[in-house]
Amino acid sequence: MATIPLPIKPAAAACAPARSLWQRQRWLILRRTSQLLILLAFLSGPWFGLWIAKGNLSSSLTLGVLPLTDPLLLLQTLATGHVPYAAAFTGAAIVLVFYLLFGGRIFCSWVCPVNVVTDAAAWSRRRLGIKTGRVPDADTRYWLLGGTLVASALTGTLAWEWVNPVSLFHRALIFGMGGAVFVIGGIFLYDLLVASRGWCGHLCPVGAFYGLLGKTALVRVAAPNRKACDDCMDCFTVCPEPQVIRPALKKVGQESPLILASDCTTCGRCIDVCDKQVFKMTHRFDQRSE
Amino acid sequence: MDTGKKTARKVTEAVSPASAARRKFINSVAAAAGGGCLLALGAGLYSRSASALPAQALRPPGALPEPDFLAACVRCGLCVRDCPYDILKLSDLGDTVATGTPYFTARKIACEMCEDIPCVKACPTGALDRQLTDINQARMGLAALVDHESCLNFLGLRCDVCYRVCPVIDKAITLETQHNPRSDRHAMLLPTVHSDHCTGCGKCEKSCVLPEAAIKVFPRALAQGALPAHYRKGWEEKARHGGSLIGEQVELPVRGFEGPTAGRSATETVLAPSAPAPAVQAPAVPAAPKTPPGINSHWKP
Repeated sequence: MATIPLPIKPAAAACAPARSLWQRQRWLILRRTSQLLILLAFLSGPWFGLWIAKGNLSSSLTLGVLPLTDPLLLLQTLATGHVPYAAAFTGAAIVLVFYLLFGGRIFCSWVCPVNVVTDAAAWSRRRLGIKTGRVPDADTRYWLLGGTLVASALTGTLAWEWVNPVSLFHRALIFGMGGAVFVIGGIFLYDLLVASRGWCGHLCPVGAFYGLLGKTALVRVAAPNRKACDDCMDCFTVCPEPQVIRPALKKVGQESPLILASDCTTCGRCIDVCDKQVFKMTHRFDQRSE
Repeated sequence: MDTGKKTARKVTEAVSPASAARRKFINSVAAAAGGGCLLALGAGLYSRSASALPAQALRPPGALPEPDFLAACVRCGLCVRDCPYDILKLSDLGDTVATGTPYFTARKIACEMCEDIPCVKACPTGALDRQLTDINQARMGLAALVDHESCLNFLGLRCDVCYRVCPVIDKAITLETQHNPRSDRHAMLLPTVHSDHCTGCGKCEKSCVLPEAAIKVFPRALAQGALPAHYRKGWEEKARHGGSLIGEQVELPVRGFEGPTAGRSATETVLAPSAPAPAVQAPAVPAAPKTPPGINSHWKP
């Protein structure tokens, strides 16, 4: 949003020291690079014969030694009554520890390929000025998360994996399939026309699961320079989970400038768009506030 | 939602904003729960409706029985990656095979039966069971010679391709010699599948020379029958115990086999017109080969 100076605040745009393209897009570029590199690690094998990671986000083996398994998928497997091999437990433990340390929903903004689609939908929705639709309750995702486990237990199969857009899309990108287009297209249209940030912010049980892991995350976005905020609302507009900003920015219910809500995907887009440079990427113990 | 909860707790029943907040809270929870359950239920139902493995899809070696496989397979594709011959595919959304699970289609490409079974080693969950260490013990499916009318060997020719390509030749597929009733002087060598040796690799179906294969490999659940558990084969029991378990039986004369097949084995059916007409048959139309009376099933191999 910051790339197009809005007509409502010409003074602010004029006063602020001009920021370079890199300053305005840094975290977005870094995130897209991360998403792309992870995809390339899986694709370099089939494309160039250079095997870095095999498998997909559900379960993978990197450089022949590092097993990684989606902990939610492991939970679903256990719910069906099947006990997998040790490699799956090791892989899930590594993933679990990583996201507990660095922030659960880092997965959503730095790894998940669906994020690119829903970001594009949100951007289009803003640019086209679409205000229509009905947003489901943000807690639907937790019910759906429970539902995936219950469905696994009841059907004795990994029921959610038949339709899970996250694994479906990643698998399709890596193994080359067409069917996922319909699901991903559906999510794009849903986010564009029906519910702003509807999929990632309200429905996705995978995101909900990683959100639960984010309570202790070390990497956090903070608003140390919150005094400089001129209420331009740019950060609220781009934030995929806007409710997480207020406590840190406006001292609602907390003194700390840290965005502590586990819904925060640590995407850093607020840092990019803020002309007043209110936000910065920092760690959990950084309580500095100007 | 949290704020709604707190407000609802603090204020008494009589205050209308509180009951409004409570109503809103209950509404939102109900909507979320309803939506969530509905989506999960939909996914569950979809998975149930599509969980039957179609006839042409075969699982990799060591795959658990289908219901267990669908519980264990996380659809990661590591088996696909480690297959040196690029035989395995992951199913696409909308395919009749469970979304994302590995399979192969014998007619397109058959399993090469690697001795080290890399696909099984790659599986992190045990959907492909590592207890399978001898590829000859794999049971990916079962071959069945489904079309006796087009199989060249059944026509009396010597195609033999399915038999020759079988990696477990002379065990999984044997050639059984039968009299050829059409020519009456040749043999038919009939490819015969034995379920206790067939791995279901699909080589026979892949190599069948016909435009549409006469021998096909199916998942075992589709291809294999089963005797009731209580059935005993008398001749086997007799051999095992060194004699009949119910004592010597009275040999009764066989009646009702007065036709030309009488006294012959069933496989030795003779329908040659030149054969002398049997005594009981009225020689009204001696030139035409006529159905002999009596019990004759007309079974021919």
